[in-house]
Formats: sequence, C-alpha cells, structure tokens
Amino acid sequence: MTPGTDARSGDFRLSMLLYDTRYRSFTLQFIALVLVALAGWWLVANTVANLKALGKDFSFGFLTVRSGYDINQRLIEYTSDSSHGRAMLVGLLNTLLLAALSCVTATIVGVFAGVLRLSENWLISRLIGFYVEIFRNIPLVLWILLIFAVMTESMPPPNAFRGENATSSMLFFDSVAITNRGVYVPEPLFDRSLGNIDLGVFLVSIDLLAIIAVLSVCFWAWRRLKTQASAVQNATGVRPTTWWKSILIFVVPLVALKLALGFHLGMPELRGFNFAGGTYMRNSFFAMWVALTLYTGAFIAETVRGGILAISRGQSEAAFALGLRPGRTMSLVILPQALRVIIPPMISQYLNITKNTSLALAVGYMDLRATLGGITINQTGRELEGMLLLMLTYLVISLIISMVMNWYNARVRLKER
Amino acid sequence: MKKSVFLGTLSFAALAAGISQAATLDDVKARGSLNCGVSTGVNGFSAPDAQGVWQGFDVAICRAVAAAVLKDPMKVNFISTTGQTRFTALASGEVDILARNTTWTLSRDADLKFTFIGVNYYDGQGFMVKKDLGVTSAKDLEGATVCIQTGTTTELNLADFFKANNLKYEPVPVETNAEAQQQYLAGACDVYTTDASGLAATRGGFADAANHIILPEIISKEPLGPLVRQGDDQWSDIGRWVLNALVGAEEYGVTAANIDEMTATGSENPEINRLLGKEGELGAMLGLDNDWAIHAIKAGGNYGEVFEATIGEQTPIGLARGLNAQWTQGGLLYAPPFR
Repeated sequence: MTPGTDARSGDFRLSMLLYDTRYRSFTLQFIALVLVALAGWWLVANTVANLKALGKDFSFGFLTVRSGYDINQRLIEYTSDSSHGRAMLVGLLNTLLLAALSCVTATIVGVFAGVLRLSENWLISRLIGFYVEIFRNIPLVLWILLIFAVMTESMPPPNAFRGENATSSMLFFDSVAITNRGVYVPEPLFDRSLGNIDLGVFLVSIDLLAIIAVLSVCFWAWRRLKTQASAVQNATGVRPTTWWKSILIFVVPLVALKLALGFHLGMPELRGFNFAGGTYMRNSFFAMWVALTLYTGAFIAETVRGGILAISRGQSEAAFALGLRPGRTMSLVILPQALRVIIPPMISQYLNITKNTSLALAVGYMDLRATLGGITINQTGRELEGMLLLMLTYLVISLIISMVMNWYNARVRLKER
Repeated sequence: MKKSVFLGTLSFAALAAGISQAATLDDVKARGSLNCGVSTGVNGFSAPDAQGVWQGFDVAICRAVAAAVLKDPMKVNFISTTGQTRFTALASGEVDILARNTTWTLSRDADLKFTFIGVNYYDGQGFMVKKDLGVTSAKDLEGATVCIQTGTTTELNLADFFKANNLKYEPVPVETNAEAQQQYLAGACDVYTTDASGLAATRGGFADAANHIILPEIISKEPLGPLVRQGDDQWSDIGRWVLNALVGAEEYGVTAANIDEMTATGSENPEINRLLGKEGELGAMLGLDNDWAIHAIKAGGNYGEVFEATIGEQTPIGLARGLNAQWTQGGLLYAPPFR
C-alpha cells in the first residue's frame, strides 16, 4: 500500500463497500459467508425442530445394541448376537475388500488394455477400442445386473453336480465349482497354523502376518540385489546376472514358510444343499468385482493410453537409437514419464471404485451401505445418525485413498530443483 | 434463477413437511387425495392390474380411508416402497398411511414413533421350497441358502429360528418380492421365506405352483397392519375406525350390495344405524361427515368381501380365512362397539 491510500482512508464512505474495487470483493465474500452460515443454521435448526416434532432424539447408542440379523459374507467373527456397530464393521470390511480387489484388477486390466490399444496390430487395437467404448458408455449398474443375472440364471445349481450322472462338473481337477450361487475356489489351509492375535475388535491371522513379513523381507533383499547390480554396472560397465538370484530370493523363503506352516489347499466339495469348504465368492461379490474391474478398467485404459501418447515420439526414437529394445524402452523411458501424467487421474478412478462399491445394493452384496445404511437403519429407525455415519465413513476412506495416492504422486513427480 | 428458487421452495416444502404433520386430515383434504404407501408389488395384497390400477388387500384399506375422508375411493396416490424405504417414507410425511403388510412390533410402535391402527391380516412366517428338494420340515434346512427380504422382521425371525435350532444357513438378501421370486425360481436359493400369506401370493403367480410346497412350520407371529405417524391422534383414530368399520360391517352383515338399502330403510339393529350414521354423531367425533362408514364400505365391500375378492380361496392366492375369520367364526377379528 502506498501512503496515499492511508491518507484517503479517513474519508471512507459506506458506498465504497460496493463501488470501490478494493472493498467490493470483501463485501461480496462477507455477504456470501453470511448466506452460507444462515443456510447451514436453517438446515440444522430445521432438523432439530423436525426431530423434536417426531419425538426422536439424536444418539449413536444403537451401535452397541444387539443387531439380530445375519450377514452372509463376513471377514471377522459375527453372529446375530453381535452389535450393530460390529455389523457396520463387517460391512465396512466387505466394502474395503471389494474396493481393494477391484482397484488391483482394474489397474491390471486398464494398463494392459491401454498399452494394447496403442498396438500396431489393427485387430488388437480395434478389439480393445471396442471393449473401452462399450464399457465406458453403458452405466455401471447395468453391467453389475447383467453379470449377476448371467451368473444366477445360466450357471448350474449345486445339485447339478450331484450323483452318478451329474449334468455339471467342477473345473481344474475338481478344484473350482461355478454355480448359480457363486464361485467356489480352493482355500489356503495350514496344518501347523500359528493361530490368531486378538486385537480386541477382531482377530488377525498370524499366518497372514508371517506371509506378509516374509514377502517384505524378500522384496527388500531383491531391491538390495538390484542396487548392488546397478553399482557394479556403474563401476565396471557390465551388469552382473541377477535373474536366478532374484528367483531364489523369492522362492526359497516362501517354500520354507509353506513347509513350516504345513500349507495345503482345501477343495470345495458338495455337502448338503451347497458346496462346503473352499473359498466361496458369492454371486453378488463376483458380479460387483467383475463389473467394477471391467468398467473402471476401460477408463484406466484411456488414462494410460493418454499418458503414453503424452510422451513425445522423440523419446522412444532416442531410446531405440541407443540400442534399447522395445520392452526396455517402455519400462525405462516411456512408463516412468507417463506415470506422471497417469497417476493424478488414477486417484479419481480409485475413488470412483470405492464409491461405486455402494452400488452393491443392486445385487444384495453386504457392504457398508447394506449393513449400516440398510438393515441397521431399518431395524433401529436411526436414519439421520446412520446416514451421517455412512457419509462420514465413505468420506474418510476416500480422503485416505487420496492422501496415499497424492503421496505416491509426489514421489514420482518430476523433481525440479 | 427461477429454477434455483423452485428447487429451494421444493426442499423447503420437503423439510417443512415433517413439521406440518400435526393435522394429516387437513393436509389430505386440502390435497384432495390420500398418499398411501404400498409394496412394490405383491399379488393379492398390493399390485397394479393390467389397466395400471392398484388392486389388493392392502390397497383396499387405503381406498376405504380415502372414501371415508374424501368420499371417493379412487383419490389415492399409491407410492411404492421397499422393506427398507417404507418407514422413512412414512416418517418423512411422504405418505399419510402405510398399508404394506407390515408387522406390528413394540419397537416399531414405540421407538420408530409410529401408531399401528389395527391388524388387517394375522400372519406368520413360513418357508417355501421346491418339492423335488425332498424337504418336509424347516428343521431339515441345515446349510440351505435362504432368500430373504432385507429390512423386515422376517430377517430377524430367520436368524433367531436357525440359531435356536442350531442350524447353519446362508442368507441371500434381496430388496423386493419380485427379486426374491426370480432368484428362487432360478435356483439361486433353496428356500424363500416371508410371511405365509406372501408365500401363497408369490406361489399363486408361478406357472408350476404345484411343484412348490410351503413347509408346515410357522416360525413367528406376524400381525400385519396399516400404520400412521405417531402424534396425530385424530388421523390414527380415523384409520383405526375405518378398519373397524370394515370388520364390523362383515359381522353385522352389511355388504356393498345391501348398504344402500340398509341406509335408506334403516335397520333393526341400532349398532348398524350408528355405524351407517343414521343415529348419533360418530362421524363428527372423528372429524368426518356422518356417512363416512357408508363410503368406506362401498369402496370395496366389508372385510370379508375384500378378503374374498383379493386373496380368498376363489383367487389364485387361495388363502383360507383361518385366524382372519370373525370372532364369531373362531377367528381373531373383533371390532369394538360403535357407540
């Protein structure tokens, strides 16, 4: 500010709030703020008044009350004697399971489709183009319903697998059964299981932790091997052979762990009305997973294609001129640069997957919306509390995903110094 | 701008609807039509016919209430609700009365803040299976896959029944009766469980109804009745006494056919005269005209006539009166005195 403005501040007139460009924006912002605050106050006051008129209070006490209903897919211990809060947790884990698996498979499908769409082969690029366009332009819920309907209507019922002259048979050496109730696949079992850790809220399998721990150590060792190889290459110009060491690093500890835990596969077998044993992927889960994967995969494919096309052709020509093979050109030159373009839109795709899991209501998958936002709200009559809690939960999940992805984005971003 | 003003008004109206609930009767009269919450389609209870006109046992209650209040049984807006959306629709004021085979329970009455205006069908939860499954009792259902409408009392009864009998089962949650029917027929579930009347109604719509059996176990009491919001006693009284008028009319032999004659000539029975507004001021006590019951009964006949026309033994649903006979016939229907 120049001294001149200070001198004139003495003769401030009210009309300057509107006509003086220095103050106008403040005036408008202030008015907007007041209006927003008024609207917010009105909404809250209205809600309070209406709740009072209905004779309802606002309380989350229902979360500790016995739920009384059963949930078919549960990742943690749950019975109808558990509380509504625990039912919510079961639903939340189902949502997260579906979202996580869909994110992984959609990324794989998307990256492959994105790269293949740029293929020189006319047939392949057109086929992928067809896939992308057909999945991108039809609403997701229709795909979910279609896959669900195909599963329930055209797959054989479990009793078709029964008897001497069964009309259906299991696939892959009697290990996979596809029925109209879902897909049964073998489950991992351990003869000498290490048991579970009780976290108070749920149990965590030590076997799973052991596998994760061993894998992380393998991965760390593999990274060290790579670094050392690069160091040798930088010093001598010759890259030492590492492929068999890499394989050993991963295979030996995992085989040792497998033997130590007595790992074997539990096969699904027909017992009573249904198959027993094995891992059971319900129709609802299967339909959601496949539909989310293919639908979001189509979007990711376009993102990946766009990212690759954003890298100028000169880059790959330069890499070829240096004698790099196409595969290496892709992994060393094109993809690291393309990632910078690809990752920000990928965050939105992951968020979309997570939010789209709530379409599970179309096929009765017991996700967070179905447990907390569906049955619990219905049985307790706590619509307002339930919906607020539901919205808050989805918000928190989405913010966490954005945070993690933004952190990753910051890591691969072009470092400008 | 106009649009946002419109939207603002709309949301205001929606939010204000809860406050103005105190006088539902005035709202209904001012609107000139009754908003009635029904199911998304259960044959015999509430489903649109080939002309798109809602028909059924629950629908008849709405028509009778509309006739009593507005003198025209057709002045009803039917609003389809699922098991999950029905209570929100009623609590928010979207519907004035909910007639959607809803079970009367203490928590719904007291905690959800509704008032049940009576029982129009005494029911119980049953199981339907395909005959070729070879199951004769619900106790044989160990490990079965069960289709169940979510957000219902049947869901809770099912959990309790299997727990009490120490059986395992696989619940398949579905949203509507139509969805359940499709899944059950496709064999995606072994069993469909809901109120026995609903099972009969669903089976009545099957092409091969004879190949499906309803198991003998009835695992719960399901008194189904219409309900209104708590706190508007005048409105709940109207609903309650319209239902009683239909039940009473059957007991006293007042039918849609003879009601005009009875009104014209009067009856020996003073109870009938009071019901039909020939004596006393019963209608005024409810805030209605004195001929309220005449309109209500003319809408679809008395309780027995409605029953026979919608779900009785002559219909594809084929339900016997059973518990839903008059108390004089060994049933549970018992209308309090009109005086």
